[in-house]
Amino acid sequence: MSVKVLTVKEDILSVNDQNAKANRERVDRHRVVMINVMSSPGAGKTTLITQTINKFKEQTRMAVVEGDVASTIDADRLSKLGIPVVQINTAGTCHLDANMIRGALDALALGEIDVIIIENVGNLICTAEFALGAHKKVMLLSVPEGDDKPHKYPLMFTEAEVVLVSKIDVKPYFDFDEAAFSKAVNGLNPSGKIFPVSAKTGEGLDAWFAWFEDAIAGKTEVVQGRK
Amino acid sequence: MHEQSIVASFLSTALKSAAKEKASKILKICLVVGDLSGVEEEAVNFYFGFISRNTIAAEANISYTHIPVEMRCRKCEMIFRPEKYDLHCPHCQEQQVDIVAGRELYIDTIEVE
Repeated sequence: MSVKVLTVKEDILSVNDQNAKANRERVDRHRVVMINVMSSPGAGKTTLITQTINKFKEQTRMAVVEGDVASTIDADRLSKLGIPVVQINTAGTCHLDANMIRGALDALALGEIDVIIIENVGNLICTAEFALGAHKKVMLLSVPEGDDKPHKYPLMFTEAEVVLVSKIDVKPYFDFDEAAFSKAVNGLNPSGKIFPVSAKTGEGLDAWFAWFEDAIAGKTEVVQGRK
Repeated sequence: MHEQSIVASFLSTALKSAAKEKASKILKICLVVGDLSGVEEEAVNFYFGFISRNTIAAEANISYTHIPVEMRCRKCEMIFRPEKYDLHCPHCQEQQVDIVAGRELYIDTIEVE
């Protein structure tokens, strides 16, 4: 038989992108704001999310989608807050994808939720590649990780709308150059906002909360009128 | 690092394209991979080996065209390839850059019979 060359030219992630678009349309129909939180393992996502939920849960109906390679440790921590938590165990996969989020949305009563926070799997590479359908992408970079990370993982820092520099309470023990870090982040991403925070001491969280309130406000007002 | 999902995705695309042509076998899959996509050949080959079992692509070779990272300086518009994690423009030394190449990740062509 003769050999034929077929031109395909198809993006490998296009199926994921289509699923992400469907997720977005679905949460939009329910007037739900979805925020994707990404970082390396151990940068403090769960602690920040806990603080954010405690701050807003009285005024806004919140839920969390918790992505982990294995275990329910984080989901157990978050479910103590009295809000719906959906755990996704990716069974070794290093990121959440749009199809997993579709399954998580199935498990949530979207008509009774205003804001979904997605805690992605700890990873600075793969998570940036896979769209989930979230309205906002937020990342954390903790002080002990070092100020050189935007140079090593430029894609993640380009994708994130907000970069939280977490664990600033331990800054005296590390050589973290905040000015160099900000310059590198804004060089890649001029509109990216940088918030230095310590979710442990509460330092700097007000700026993050103000951003978060803005991010969810437009839709929650509509929600409260509708639901 | 996310090769398992990547392999599943491009294999399914390749099988669909081959089915449209009523091909009996996929001989080769040509991928274009930007250096920022974080895709490792060895890992792709490893996953492809077992994900493609029992398909007409089981014996296919995978070829890779790598695209290096390129940045464009927003000040002087120079396009350059950053070296050793340095994002400074070699021309004007500014550090305000857009990524213009290196994010590619697609199937270019497949060879079938």
